[in-house]
Amino acid sequence: MTKILAVDDSASMRQMVAFTLKSAGFDVTDASDGDEALQIAKGQSFDVVITDVNMPNMDGITLCRELRALPSFKFTPILMLTTESSADKKQAGRSAGATGWIVKPFNPDQLLATVNKVIG
Amino acid sequence: MEIDLSQFHEVFFEESFEGLDVMEQELLNLEEDTDLENVNTIFRAAHSIKGGSATFNFSQVAEFTHVMETLLDEMRDGKRAITREIIDLLLKSVDCLRGMLNKLQDGEEVSNDYVELVDYFNQLLSSDSSGSKQQDSGESNAADLGSSEPKSAISGWSISFAPENYILQTGNEPIRMFKELAGLGGLKVEADLSKVPSFSELDPELCFISWQLELDTSEDEQPVKEVFEWVEDDCKLSIKAIGSDPSSDVLEQDEKLSESVVEEVKEEVNTSDTTKTDTSTEKKLVPIRTEQSKQTSVKKAAATASIRVGIDKVDTLIDLVGELVITQSMLGELGENFDMSKVEQLISGLRELEANTRELQESVMRIRMLPIGFVFNRLPRMVRDLSAQLGKKIDLKIVGEETELDKTVMEQIGDPLTHLVRNALDHGVESVEDRIAAGKPEIGVLTLNAFHQGGNIIIEIKDDGKGIDPEIIYAKAVEKGMIEDGIDIPHEQIIGMIMEPGFSTAAVVSDVSGRGVGMDVVKRNINNLGGSVDIASVLGEGTTFTIRLPLTLAILDGQLVRSADQIYVIPLASIVESIPLSGIQVTRIAGDMPVYKNEGEYIPIVDLRREFDIQLEKQSTNEGLIAIVEGENRKIAIKIDELLGQQQVVIKSLESHYKSIQGVSGATILGDGRVSLILDIVGLSKRSSERMSRDREQVA
Repeated sequence: MTKILAVDDSASMRQMVAFTLKSAGFDVTDASDGDEALQIAKGQSFDVVITDVNMPNMDGITLCRELRALPSFKFTPILMLTTESSADKKQAGRSAGATGWIVKPFNPDQLLATVNKVIG
Repeated sequence: MEIDLSQFHEVFFEESFEGLDVMEQELLNLEEDTDLENVNTIFRAAHSIKGGSATFNFSQVAEFTHVMETLLDEMRDGKRAITREIIDLLLKSVDCLRGMLNKLQDGEEVSNDYVELVDYFNQLLSSDSSGSKQQDSGESNAADLGSSEPKSAISGWSISFAPENYILQTGNEPIRMFKELAGLGGLKVEADLSKVPSFSELDPELCFISWQLELDTSEDEQPVKEVFEWVEDDCKLSIKAIGSDPSSDVLEQDEKLSESVVEEVKEEVNTSDTTKTDTSTEKKLVPIRTEQSKQTSVKKAAATASIRVGIDKVDTLIDLVGELVITQSMLGELGENFDMSKVEQLISGLRELEANTRELQESVMRIRMLPIGFVFNRLPRMVRDLSAQLGKKIDLKIVGEETELDKTVMEQIGDPLTHLVRNALDHGVESVEDRIAAGKPEIGVLTLNAFHQGGNIIIEIKDDGKGIDPEIIYAKAVEKGMIEDGIDIPHEQIIGMIMEPGFSTAAVVSDVSGRGVGMDVVKRNINNLGGSVDIASVLGEGTTFTIRLPLTLAILDGQLVRSADQIYVIPLASIVESIPLSGIQVTRIAGDMPVYKNEGEYIPIVDLRREFDIQLEKQSTNEGLIAIVEGENRKIAIKIDELLGQQQVVIKSLESHYKSIQGVSGATILGDGRVSLILDIVGLSKRSSERMSRDREQVA
């Protein structure tokens, strides 16, 4: 089963993302900030990582950079959840190694469509 | 897939309220210390609420938090100074948002009051040109620009795609992109391997291949471009329309595709980029609007109470249940072929079971426990606003905010606590002039302190103000006819009178304390929770209110008593003393009412047999004993046959299982499985006096 790591500091967003993905048959692990996600990621590999950008302790950009430094996350698709449609935020994500982004607000269908784009 | 987003609303509201509390707190901190990390925390809270509200279709909240966020972003980037005005504005916004969320949570429409604040934000943001950027809006004018070439009988797209060699390390996999393209129509893929180095020099993590693709589709350029959206900066890309002319063979031109053409096309892609993001946001707006109109018709969401529990608490529970299972299986095995030689084992097993059960009970209770900080946190804001209003200078100190207590108790202690703090600010702490005149530091100190003591939580509200003058209280009590002039009463008792019904010390009912709630209500509310309030005051030095509350409402320290064949539970805290009936003088007054006279005080005797209609063998009047109990300052003597043990009992609601009975606050199940009623002292006293007056009427 496709394993997805979902990272968001907001419980409602995290639940929405996890519930949607689980309903679609994915195996979902969630984390409430970059720090927690990184600790989880050090112990297992995932097929996709979906992360929020603004989070306490460790933000999504830093998480992305840290994940790329791990051998098992070198090629893993990492998707950023972002409200900022501004180019510099996207650029920051890209230079940290993010694969793509999902612009908030999004609905469950949009989320699944985007995730399906990166699993093959 | 149909996913009902409303199931996440409750969590969203909960975390938004928490976020608002955090914002409020940090805003107050910001007044003292303009630390950037504080601004960051406030920003994140606003940002989360914005993201959530947009996702869950609360567009007004999203609109409001958006302007807040823009301002906070400027503060975060140091482009906007942190002033008192801005903090005031943000605090006001927090209040406004809280109101909006409350309405939404109750399924009501949000009033348009917030628009005024939004306008104010916008004015503020646009008035100051330094750094106010409006990048998110105002792009719509670009909508018509750069739209791709007119769609004239497009039969497909010819795509040349040459990714940078690090493409795989961004997680973008060309093969997945091709699969997506194939979803749009028939796809022909040709790989150009000319740049692939020899095997010995090959780095398997890099991509040296470029592709020429031909997509057979009637779709326009947009969906094709979207496939490459994430990699457009990491590749050379050209997308060209194939006309309806079937003879144009793109595949042959590909190798000669000049660099300049690619650059040119890439530029075109970039300029039309704004158009693309714009149309895509427009696309997203449409479903939101329609869903929002659906939203308003959604029936009122039932507010379900929930609590967040720390993982450690749940883990402890799981451990304990594990132990319980082990003990149970051990006992089960013992029972299989039991003989007397195993009695020792059985006893030790049962002892273990008891220990397990007790620990389990304690841990389950702990789940409902939350730090009192949740209540304390709303006070700094109030103190700030009030001291400004009263023209006083007050420093609020909070100690022991991590002290835990039951969620239900906490929910009900909020109002009394707020009132006591308000009272301390209004009547306790003096004005700056008075303080200086009295030789005190001009800033008054109000201390809130919470700690555990036995099975109770103690909350102290201490001010260093003028203290309560017993003589003024005494005079006032006489004036109100509460006491007779000339009676000698100890000072503590006099001070305690400010919490009696009908007593209000404020000579002028001020805007602050005169909210229709008196100190007597505070006292009654705390009493209703099974708690008490004490006042200690030293004239000129200050006053301390001490609230004592049970940690939980689910468990009670009880005294088991027997009356006839029934066993009742009396709350241990209410018992003053118990005396054998043989040792006292019972007098009858006002008809047939038995009373016990104790040091000038007449205490009515309540016989449980009579109150609850238990007819059994006659009992001689001298047998048994009375338990003197106190509730809301009224004493009654309960006539019982026997005092049994003391134990903690788990309170079960009688109302939900049977019906409400005056004089009984609930029931519990005893060790032998019998149901025992828990007596409600105040109710019992009322029940008894009502019955007395009925009896008298019947006689007359």
